[in-house]
Amino acid sequence: MTKPLIAIRSVSKNFGEFQALNRVSLDVRTGEVLCLIGASGSGKTTLLRCINQLTFIDSGGIWLDGELLGLREEGARLHRLSAQQIAGQRLKTGMVFQRFNLFPHKTALENITEGPVQVQGRKREDARAEAMELLRRVGLAAKADAYPAQLSGGQQQRVAIARALAMKPMLMLFDEPTSALDPELVGEVLAVMKELARSGMTMMVVTHELGFAREVADTVVYMDHGAIVESGPAAEVLGAPREVRTRSFLSAVI
Amino acid sequence: MRTADALAGGFPDLSGMRLARQAHRQRWLAVAAILVVLAAIGRAFANGQIEWSYVSRFLTAKVILEGIVNTMVMALLAMALGIVLGVVVAVMRLSPNPVLKSVAAGYTWLFRGTPLILQLLLWFNLALIFPTIGIPGLWSARAVDVMTPFLSALLGLGINQGAYTSEVMRAGMLSVDVGQYEAAQAIGMGRLQALRRIILPQAMRVVIPPLGNEFIGMVKATSLASVIQYPELLHNAENIYYANSRVIELLIVAGLWYLLVVSILTPLQMLLERRFARGSQQIAR
Repeated sequence: MTKPLIAIRSVSKNFGEFQALNRVSLDVRTGEVLCLIGASGSGKTTLLRCINQLTFIDSGGIWLDGELLGLREEGARLHRLSAQQIAGQRLKTGMVFQRFNLFPHKTALENITEGPVQVQGRKREDARAEAMELLRRVGLAAKADAYPAQLSGGQQQRVAIARALAMKPMLMLFDEPTSALDPELVGEVLAVMKELARSGMTMMVVTHELGFAREVADTVVYMDHGAIVESGPAAEVLGAPREVRTRSFLSAVI
Repeated sequence: MRTADALAGGFPDLSGMRLARQAHRQRWLAVAAILVVLAAIGRAFANGQIEWSYVSRFLTAKVILEGIVNTMVMALLAMALGIVLGVVVAVMRLSPNPVLKSVAAGYTWLFRGTPLILQLLLWFNLALIFPTIGIPGLWSARAVDVMTPFLSALLGLGINQGAYTSEVMRAGMLSVDVGQYEAAQAIGMGRLQALRRIILPQAMRVVIPPLGNEFIGMVKATSLASVIQYPELLHNAENIYYANSRVIELLIVAGLWYLLVVSILTPLQMLLERRFARGSQQIAR
């Protein structure tokens, strides 16, 4: 078996008394599309944020492409990496937020070129050309000079996906990308994500869109109370769940 | 839904009728009352012991104009120093490092906690406690030569302003959604880069109205530097009336100039607000 792109081992995270993650272990292979489902507060968003190190884990370890995230082993002890090293590791993952978080003082194009130019030090013209290509890919070439406030929620989220892709990540993380959208705008964002999945991108998607999970996901993981209850091929977990808790969650959602 | 002919009758058609103009009788009465009061005040000043010819003569006197220039130079430089210090201190205050945090809080506490005029006098009289100042072995000078009225006023006003500006900046930075910081981190930015590229530009929109307010305050606060012999507007006006005893006339001259300067600054602030409202739906009016 080939080495997984992401290996999560016994990861725990508490927020005060609240146990957000309880010894979670998970593998994600290169090219795999994995959907995390579960009730709110089940830990799926926290797991995603831990991979992008927006949240630091309390114990356990996460390896991305064979590299331990946020920590370094030395003399039988773990040392936290510097902020700069962590920023470097973040470049390997792209993050799409529930509330888009586009930079409101920059145009769609500037939002996309900001990372490549300012962080990766790439030439402005090259970054612009690639950003236009990405905008075409998400169907928004005409909106390059629009500010986020002039775009619909669905358009903003598509720009946000393009912004994450511009960093050429190995892995894309989606944190409930359609939850803040009006129902009629969900489809356009999911369409972009489906295209991305078909192109072979490794994706971890926290979602409530079970239809999307069924159609696109290779693996579906059901989480509850900070732990993975059931994981497996989408058709199995969504179609014939083994666990009682998965079954009751699915019957409540549908 | 019912069709039009099925609706109940008895309601007149209002669609062709115009709205009558409102009378606003009270407003006219208020205007009349204000005009009477203004006329009374104007008459009192016209008949008072004021030689208006002195006002018009000194309004454009060379010393007064030099005073204005010095006032504006000092206000701009001290405000620039205040903004630089304010940004640095606000960033320190919001840093996760407890040492930086405490230093920033101590600075704000010290310079907000003592009167500005006292700080100006302290800077100006620094020579009393430190006859010579400098870096040991590299450079030294007599403090009386270094702490000129100009430098004392600049340090006193600028460092004091920094303490207030830091709080304005901190409020502005806190007003930016935390998701913006996370999005900046997600594209690999470090803390300072995220602050400079993402957080501060958005905070500017919020801090410009209070900063404009602070700058107008600064223009007038420079008049305190008159006590340490800095030749700004009020100081020069005072020097003239010490010689010719036309106290009120020269204070009116100074007052008119302060009013003029502040009146020019207000529309400038609006232009700045427009500039930083980029991308915002709520365009500054």
